[in-house]
Amino acid sequence: MRSNLVIAGVGGQGTVLAARLVARAAMEAGLSVRTSETIGMAQRGGSVVSHVRIADAPIASPLMPPGTADTLLGFEPGEAVRCLPFLKPGGAIVVNSRTVAPVTAALAQTEYSGPAMIDYLRKCCDRIVVIDGDAICADIGSPKVINVALIGAAAAAGALGLTIEQIENALRKSLRPKLVDMNVKALHAGARAAGEKQ
Amino acid sequence: MATEFLMGNEAIGLGALAAGVRVVTGYPGTPSSEILPTVSQRNPGNIHVEWSVNEKVALEVAAGAAMAGARSMVTMKQVGLNVAADPLMSLAYLGVKGGMVVVVADDPGPISSQTEQDTRTFGLFSKLPVFDPASPEEAYEMVIDAFELSERHGTPVLFRPTTRVCHGNAPVALRDTVRPAAPPRFVKDPRWVIFPRLSYENHIKIEQRLPVIAEELSGYRFNLLSGGGRLGIVTQGISTGYVGEALAILGAAVPEHKLLRVATPHPFPKRLALDFLDGLERVLVVEELDPYLERELQRLAGERRLPVTVLGKASGHIQVAGENTVAAATQAICGFFGLPAPASAVALPADAPQLPARPPVLCAGCSHRSSFIAVKRAMRKRRAIFSGDIGCYTLGNADPLNMVDTCLCMGAGITMAQGLRAVLPDTVHFAFIGDSTFFHSGITGVINAVYNRTPIVVVVLDNSTTAMTGLQPHPGTGDTMMGEISQRVDIATVLRGCGVQHVEKCDPLKLDDAMAAVTRAAEATANGVAALIFESPCIHVAPQGSEYVVDAEKCECKECIIKLGCPAILSVEGKAWIDNSLCWGCDLCAEICRFDAIQALPRGAKR
Repeated sequence: MRSNLVIAGVGGQGTVLAARLVARAAMEAGLSVRTSETIGMAQRGGSVVSHVRIADAPIASPLMPPGTADTLLGFEPGEAVRCLPFLKPGGAIVVNSRTVAPVTAALAQTEYSGPAMIDYLRKCCDRIVVIDGDAICADIGSPKVINVALIGAAAAAGALGLTIEQIENALRKSLRPKLVDMNVKALHAGARAAGEKQ
Repeated sequence: MATEFLMGNEAIGLGALAAGVRVVTGYPGTPSSEILPTVSQRNPGNIHVEWSVNEKVALEVAAGAAMAGARSMVTMKQVGLNVAADPLMSLAYLGVKGGMVVVVADDPGPISSQTEQDTRTFGLFSKLPVFDPASPEEAYEMVIDAFELSERHGTPVLFRPTTRVCHGNAPVALRDTVRPAAPPRFVKDPRWVIFPRLSYENHIKIEQRLPVIAEELSGYRFNLLSGGGRLGIVTQGISTGYVGEALAILGAAVPEHKLLRVATPHPFPKRLALDFLDGLERVLVVEELDPYLERELQRLAGERRLPVTVLGKASGHIQVAGENTVAAATQAICGFFGLPAPASAVALPADAPQLPARPPVLCAGCSHRSSFIAVKRAMRKRRAIFSGDIGCYTLGNADPLNMVDTCLCMGAGITMAQGLRAVLPDTVHFAFIGDSTFFHSGITGVINAVYNRTPIVVVVLDNSTTAMTGLQPHPGTGDTMMGEISQRVDIATVLRGCGVQHVEKCDPLKLDDAMAAVTRAAEATANGVAALIFESPCIHVAPQGSEYVVDAEKCECKECIIKLGCPAILSVEGKAWIDNSLCWGCDLCAEICRFDAIQALPRGAKR
């Protein structure tokens, strides 16, 4: 078993925690796991990418080569498009429909269109689940749970090779107690949203 | 033995704990910043942990402890070693009693750094042993080995992870026992006082010792030699993983070859390298940053007149700058073995929508934006040069702010402004510097300006934290890594103590007041150095303010978008629109709106 997950987003969206949750769940399941994260200057609103590699054998590199991701988890439509070269043929995409418009687009007075990004993703991949992250966050009452909601969606879509229960277990062990309830709710809300799309 | 899922930096911190470290010092810098907080969080109580004011100070504090026989560790990024070079070079001659590990994180890419310098080469220069881990789990074990070697040979040791090791995560098996530390004891001895005669004698000892260490390291458990045949591949650090994966991808097509992984580049493990080179015709070296191993192998081949060709960066097989990847390693290995390169990336439909560039930006609500706007507006009719420095505020260089004209290294804004002033006296010279950077290396530059009568405006952007590297405390915040409340060092008092006559504090979020203060400071340069301290906490340590809405009917000028470059303000159907999931409520957009179209609302209010 070898599984590669690439998480694409914008600095501040919580991709680092998302990668850790998946990795922790995989580790508790007795699998080998390596991740690589973007930490530093790019965290200030720049493009960020996490790689999560899971296997039942030793893993050599923390970074995957292009064309080898089983799943592309897009926290933002344009960032998902940016990371498409990592997706392998037949791989799955789980993507948040909510855009984060870059300052460069506003300055250039160009419209940055999320739907155009999603349309292109659909053209490239027929295993795609589009999640309305805004709606889930509004229900839960915090914009910060988007990362966990998307992980829930990806797990429910069968794109992680891990169950919702495994992720929930990792989440309970990783987060501060007062944050657990809200994030467990977000995890299941994400899973339900993915279920409705399939 | 417990197994934890750890970042490489956390593994290094816990490795030091297992090795019985007693003093850990450092200055934050990506990719090294998480090592020291890991020790602080798991401190059993007997370890002194501090963010020092800069890397030179940090290294000297750690050196003092090691002279008394305690194990010590100091952490920094690669450019930090330039700051700490002075004590390090001399300490290499004096040596240590307790094991001392100098962790220097290199940053191929570079991803968050000014240079792509290679600390292995610094090891060669300073004559210090260097460890080069390839993964978090290896880093944990290797840092323990580094302490042992340091203590055994009485020399500080460099420990050099790179970004992908520092910020990679993996399950790490932790040792149950922590090495008991002997009680520290300082024995007065001339060996601790550096003099030319002592340096000469110790230089001889160092040159005698290095081959001994090299011989010992030829058998080191992480220096690995395998395979056979007439072709060979050499790797180091993270490239070991890239090469391993590339060889797995190519599978059975790969001809017989030897593989050497060098974990201790200095002193070069000569005997192991000779075993490797024996019978080889061609060697490919896959490494990042300097062609360090390539040169060592070429030198060895020349010395022994071996009929082997060493390929790598000089031959164009490996890129000279930037990071290696699995794909690049695969390509290089195919070229080396004469194999057809595997099909490159998946072909995607050609009509991809254009992706906007997404460079890092100042956060929504960042007070630096307000500080820059205040200076820019106040100096609109003056000729002015804005020298910048290292920190979040370097991001003020981007459009539309465009307020960083120079940036060199920590503290250089204040001093380069003086050089500019010396030759351009008709221009107003501003030097922007953050609070942590001010303590790191700004103060000496201020004294220099006062002493040499060079009238510049020093603008301290005091956001009460070390923001870019992850909110570390510093002398101005009044809390320490030992969990204690310390005396706050007041920047204004420091400036006055340095002889600056005009020192003013001001809240940059009150734009009109801030602009008036900038004008006063610029005028005060007629009498000497002027300083302005913009005090406003980083949004990551400050509470969120009001929500803001744009009245679309009133919105006409779009100055907020064009002038501020705030990530929370978007253009929607030709009007400004504020994303309240990002807005921190700084009020700057409302202040500059000429049509009074932006209003504050209590957070969470119905609209």
